[in-house]
Amino acid sequence: MDTMAAIKQTFFQECEEQLAEMEDGLMMIEREEGDLETINAVFRAVHSIKGGAGAFGLDDLVRFAHTFETTLDGMRSGKLEITPQIVKLMLRSADILADLVRISRDGGEMDETRVSQMADELSRASGAAPAPAPAPQAALEPVVAFGDGQVDEFGFAPTPVAFDFGGDTAANEPETDEFGFAPVKIDFDNMLADDGAAGNLKGFEIAFAPRAELYAKANDPLRLLRELGRLGDMKVACDASQVPLLGEIDPEGAYLTWKISLETEADERSVREIFEFVEFDCDLSVRPVREGMDEATAEDTVKAVLAQVTAQAAVEVVAAPAIAPVVFAELAAAPSPAPVEAVAPVAPAKAPASANTQAAPQQAGQQPGATIRVDLDRVDRLIDLVGELVINQSMLAQRVTEAGIARLSDVAVGLDDLEHLTREIQDSVMAIRAQPVRPIFQRMARVVREVADMTGKSVRLVTEGENCEVDKTVIERLADPLTHMIRNAIDHGLEKPEDRVAAGKPEQGVVRMIAAHRSGRVVIEVSDDGAGINRAKVREIAVKKGIIDADAQLTDAEIDDLIFAPGFSTAATISDVSGRGVGMDVVRRSIQALGGRITISSRPGHGTTFSLSLPLTLAVLDGMVVTVAGQTLVVPLSAIVETLQPKAADVHGLGEKARVIAIRGSFIPLVDVGSVLSYREDEADPLQSVAVMVETENQTQCALMVDGIIGQQQVVIKSLETNYGHVFGVAAATILGDGRVAVILDVDAIVAGSRQDAARAEANRKRSAA
Amino acid sequence: MTQVREQDVTANNELIAFRLGEQEFCVDIMSVRDIRGWTPTTPLPHSSAYVKGVINLRGAVLPVVDLAARLGFEPAEPSARHVIIITQVGNQTIGLLVDAVSDILTVNSGSIQATPNVASELARAFMKGVIAMEGRMISLIALDNVLTQNQSGQGLLN
Repeated sequence: MDTMAAIKQTFFQECEEQLAEMEDGLMMIEREEGDLETINAVFRAVHSIKGGAGAFGLDDLVRFAHTFETTLDGMRSGKLEITPQIVKLMLRSADILADLVRISRDGGEMDETRVSQMADELSRASGAAPAPAPAPQAALEPVVAFGDGQVDEFGFAPTPVAFDFGGDTAANEPETDEFGFAPVKIDFDNMLADDGAAGNLKGFEIAFAPRAELYAKANDPLRLLRELGRLGDMKVACDASQVPLLGEIDPEGAYLTWKISLETEADERSVREIFEFVEFDCDLSVRPVREGMDEATAEDTVKAVLAQVTAQAAVEVVAAPAIAPVVFAELAAAPSPAPVEAVAPVAPAKAPASANTQAAPQQAGQQPGATIRVDLDRVDRLIDLVGELVINQSMLAQRVTEAGIARLSDVAVGLDDLEHLTREIQDSVMAIRAQPVRPIFQRMARVVREVADMTGKSVRLVTEGENCEVDKTVIERLADPLTHMIRNAIDHGLEKPEDRVAAGKPEQGVVRMIAAHRSGRVVIEVSDDGAGINRAKVREIAVKKGIIDADAQLTDAEIDDLIFAPGFSTAATISDVSGRGVGMDVVRRSIQALGGRITISSRPGHGTTFSLSLPLTLAVLDGMVVTVAGQTLVVPLSAIVETLQPKAADVHGLGEKARVIAIRGSFIPLVDVGSVLSYREDEADPLQSVAVMVETENQTQCALMVDGIIGQQQVVIKSLETNYGHVFGVAAATILGDGRVAVILDVDAIVAGSRQDAARAEANRKRSAA
Repeated sequence: MTQVREQDVTANNELIAFRLGEQEFCVDIMSVRDIRGWTPTTPLPHSSAYVKGVINLRGAVLPVVDLAARLGFEPAEPSARHVIIITQVGNQTIGLLVDAVSDILTVNSGSIQATPNVASELARAFMKGVIAMEGRMISLIALDNVLTQNQSGQGLLN
């Protein structure tokens, strides 16, 4: 990938973050929890996107972002009153901005009319004529912003980028311009240097002050200056005022500085290139000089802005006493990274980043970011390798035991340590893949808005536990099921506004989405405060569609469960939103495919709650290792309720072949795993077996007969599909301590295969035998 | 499923020859990843008789096909002397259970003859041709057919 593409990719990644922040902020404002800082955060996010987009020539994006920003600015300055309507408009604009970003990244067509309509609406809202913002100006704009009194933005609420001014003056972060917390030092250079953004480049003003290290490394300023001279006409002035008296001079010190004015066609990069090898050993500033701006005015501008910043800062101090005035004095006097420590507490938006800055305030030229971006493939490769390490380690342990080495020998002790280490490595590696569910929750906020618009219902989304972390794959694959559930909740769950009022509820419906960790799994609940499931109607439909018999005796829970039945759809009229044939059965299947389960509970008049229980990772699983017909199998622990030894008195025959076991008064079907999986012809004797009580997704219980239980173990999940294919009754494979493969049972399939769906199992068996 | 690599017709092909009972067969060396001694497999439920089960190869789970059974011969009774040839077929890695690896051959593609008409329908479906060498007849196995005979694209089952 070439550099430009890489930078662009980074830009889009950052866009995603900015979009998330923007959405977060808008949601806070919507909930009326936002303050001025929230609006500022939103403004900054949009502004950053605009700035970056300008650098990449993404004109559509820039134009829309500009309009959006103008309206936000109105909100910020208090010119525009923050009403629910405005916030709604902002949220919808945010969606469009997100779409534009995605289209810029992935290609595709944007609905121009939608964008321009929204832009018009925004402009109307902000009371301005639709203002076209030509792309090229975008990059320059921050400079303008300084002039027209928007400096306040820089006075408080710095984002981490602002801490960047420690060293790397060449930082080409697209948004650097905006966070000129210390415009005094570098950002100006960058701003003005933005490729031909304003005026024609005439040359550069360069200040070059070597430090002692430069000389110590045998660099010669003369050679650098000579190199520089090759780029164009150069005037050099040496400042020898710092040279002390002979008696005080340090022979290895650095006292001379140079001011160079260079007239050249070359760009800033070529100028900086000359200093590439000494950039950390000198103080260098390269300031472009543009036509129509002679040196004196350029300097004056800087001074003027500086003065303004300082003045503004003083005002800000009054407004936000948390900031010690001395910080700004220091800032103006010596723009070193030191003040960051003092300012950090007023940057709550990015607390971790600032914390990091505090820890290492002066790592010149390094990003203070606490995160790095890593290719997902690399992480996955690492996870695979660690999985193998775990297997290898347990194989080794087994071999050592087989070799008869004493438990307390050095070898065994060392192995124990190794085991701890590998476990720890495995946990840490898994943690890398874990991501907060926040982005997906944010996406749902958009779904809520759209569906609410479409159905004409007023809906508020309440989310909790956005910071819950789950494996990235799980999160990705949750988007569709959650979207569907949210749609259902609004479309089917919530009543029409007038019905709500009639029922004595507030007109606005509430959809809640809550994520929480519960005993090694993550539970996500989607609930609405609607009418609850209309059981009579559900039953009627199920009978009509032939899902149940007309005289079937069903409990409330069983009726609720019917909505997961394939082909079930309750919407009387097929609406745009839901009821397109893909029903809750698809949702249940995709959740099951993730190793999760979905349950429903409903209270008439009070609403319906779906709860998803998902594994934290798809890479490992806690299993019970059992033996069946000489084979070692793994039963997922999450499905197991209890294990027991059947007694003769409890086992009863039922019909021709079926048998049930009486447990605490209820009869549970006995299923012989060996015969369902065609490991043996004849059913095992229940009295010689161990019954593993399992609960399936649809809450039915079943007792699986196995020959014996070896123990519980965490196993690494290996795909069978990669090199083979799907096998009925098998969820995946794993590798046990002895290096052999064991299959992981698909409990639901086995129960289904043994019961209602025996025919399917039979067909499957025939097919595979063919 | 992608096709197994076809060698240029005029080029010399390197082949790995192996025995199944009294007969000799060979596969393109380019598709061979590893040759291992027999290790006990884990049988899979509902699998065809010729699928001996799955084994662990450096952390990957891959199926082992009893090639003799697949060709319609007497199924192998695996012993320590049997050999598993690990082959790459398309995106899948598959082990072939054979009696013994006998040779590495370099043959000109011109010397690969069409399969004689007498062989059984099943066996012929898996053979690309035969090679005459030093009085022996060696059949060239078409690996992609071994896998896709039942259903295309879905691996051994389904």
